[in-house]
Amino acid sequence: MSMPKIPLAQWIQTLVDWLSLHWAGFFKGVSNIISYVVDIFTYFFMLPHPFLFVIIIGILGYIANRWSLAIFSALGFLLIYNLGYWTETMNTLGLVITSALISILIGVPLGIMCGSSKLAAQIITPLLDFMQTMPAFVYLLPAVTFFSLGVVPGVVASVIFAIPPTIRLTHLGIRQVSEELVEAADAFGSTGGQKLFKVQLPLALPTIMAGINQTIMLSLSMVVIASMIGAQGIGAVVYRAVGQLKIGEGFEAGLAVVVLAIVLDRLSQSLFKGGRKQRA
Amino acid sequence: MSILEIKNVSKLFGPNAEQNAKLLDQGWTKEKMAKEKQITVGVNRVNMEIEEGEIFVIMGLSGSGKSTLVRMFNRLIEPTSGEILVNGKDLRKMNKEQLRNVRRKTISMVFQKFALFPHRSVLENVEYGLEIQKVAKAERRTKAETSLELVGLKGWETKMPDELSGGMQQRVGLARALANDPEVLLMDEAFSALDPLIRRDMQDELLELQDKMKKTIIFITHDLDEALRIGDRIALMKDGAVVQIGTPEEIMIQPANSYVARFVEDVDLSKVLTAAHVMRRPETITLDRGPRVALELMRERGVSNLFVIDRSKKLLGIITAEDAVTAMKTQQKLEDILIRDVPQVEPERMLNELFELVSTAKLPVAVVDERDRLTGVLIRGALLGALAGEVDNGEVNEYA
Repeated sequence: MSMPKIPLAQWIQTLVDWLSLHWAGFFKGVSNIISYVVDIFTYFFMLPHPFLFVIIIGILGYIANRWSLAIFSALGFLLIYNLGYWTETMNTLGLVITSALISILIGVPLGIMCGSSKLAAQIITPLLDFMQTMPAFVYLLPAVTFFSLGVVPGVVASVIFAIPPTIRLTHLGIRQVSEELVEAADAFGSTGGQKLFKVQLPLALPTIMAGINQTIMLSLSMVVIASMIGAQGIGAVVYRAVGQLKIGEGFEAGLAVVVLAIVLDRLSQSLFKGGRKQRA
Repeated sequence: MSILEIKNVSKLFGPNAEQNAKLLDQGWTKEKMAKEKQITVGVNRVNMEIEEGEIFVIMGLSGSGKSTLVRMFNRLIEPTSGEILVNGKDLRKMNKEQLRNVRRKTISMVFQKFALFPHRSVLENVEYGLEIQKVAKAERRTKAETSLELVGLKGWETKMPDELSGGMQQRVGLARALANDPEVLLMDEAFSALDPLIRRDMQDELLELQDKMKKTIIFITHDLDEALRIGDRIALMKDGAVVQIGTPEEIMIQPANSYVARFVEDVDLSKVLTAAHVMRRPETITLDRGPRVALELMRERGVSNLFVIDRSKKLLGIITAEDAVTAMKTQQKLEDILIRDVPQVEPERMLNELFELVSTAKLPVAVVDERDRLTGVLIRGALLGALAGEVDNGEVNEYA
């Protein structure tokens, strides 16, 4: 006895076709906004001379974590400049910052929703599992269908891949606020908003920041894949070098990604910690 | 009218709790509810009236439902059935806005583990209740500072909660609750997390504060000593139900059932009973009588001395049989042999403060009220008898 196959593939195809046909205006709008934001960031990163940028990043490193980070950041970016990947690295930085920003703007409120409603958590958690485990290539194609080639589908794919930690850790952070403190906030007659902004969010902040840090790292890890659909940047260099078996060049570009990753990681971690010390 | 009236309030956890609440009225026990309906009875048809200005202690062991009960007084936990009247208005019928107002203005809470906001300074913690009411910054600062001064934490405003000791943290908790100037203070095991010495200090300070403020305080504790020390009235809970409500004396002397009796049997009675509980009726005489009458009275009553009072029962002094005999022989009047320096105590004096006085005094100790009137006499045997639990409902024993 043969079991009829569920035409899942066909359904998805139909849905994607329908969306790209009837929602074209919407996607066009989103696409414009995203590419505009990426352009702005990239523009600002390219604005100062690379040496000035190195000094700025060194100062940021010093503020965040004293000399060790300052020296590492400055030397790392000098190396990138020296190897000749400055423009590509700045393009990538623009893409990463944009997708991190979008992830935070969408992820934190979703995490708060999960924290305040069990139903929301029950719906969103499996979706997150889905987003994190579904191979990225699978949603790369529909992203291209909706947003055409270029940096925008790269950002969208990065967001899909990178947003889960922000949502999960915001949810966790809010859930971790001790029951008694929530009770105290209620007992004094706080409104929901007052409880959220004066008690829950400040106390969840360390955890939320850890999530945002993870999100930045994950979106950086998407740059090579994003380059396959035409996103410019250091990922494209890696992709091209690998395609042409240029091992040395591929290693150089890969090194630039590593530098970027470490600097972004340390900066995002310690900028927050500095803020916390100030508070205490 | 009582400031807080609790009428038939129950809290059930489990499936269809609302519908099944009626079963309690039909006499279902906690066990039966658990077995047949999978329902846990947290609080079982509690009734109490809390009067303005009293310290009302709700006491019971852990799991007796006392914390659940007190959380229904400001609806941190929603009651399943019953009425909670705050100044005559049913808390359960209020909408969110009205409930918030009650929480902001009428009922404040102090928590067992302090529940201070760790990211806010001491002052900011105390200000919290005012801040969310959008009280102007300068005004709430003044109020918070006053409140901190009241609990003895002036000068600690800028510290963070984790820089303070447990006792001080709970003072902040208390100051935070007082800053709103509430009518009712709910204190949930407020001193249980503190070590015994600090705890005693806090109890004393609470009583001192209460003398000044005259708030209505509902105090939850599992510690009978604490309950007896600070409570004007005590409600004893077991398995979610109230077993007995009464003054500390009533609970000690007339336990409502064997559970209460077992609960209180280890308590040091000397810290609960007062002079009024153990005093006996004094034998008296007025000054216009002669020594012969006095001697006759002593012989008749089997005592060796008599208290002398005036017509308004005011204590004048004491005469002894020995002196009376001498007076009779030398034709003296009672006034001449009157010993005016009689040891006296007030009726409210605790028993444990009386032992020394009674055992060292050569004359019987008089119990005298605030208008100097003689109300009783303390006798060594009666004191010891009281400690052994032989108190006759706290009333003055007939003494022949």
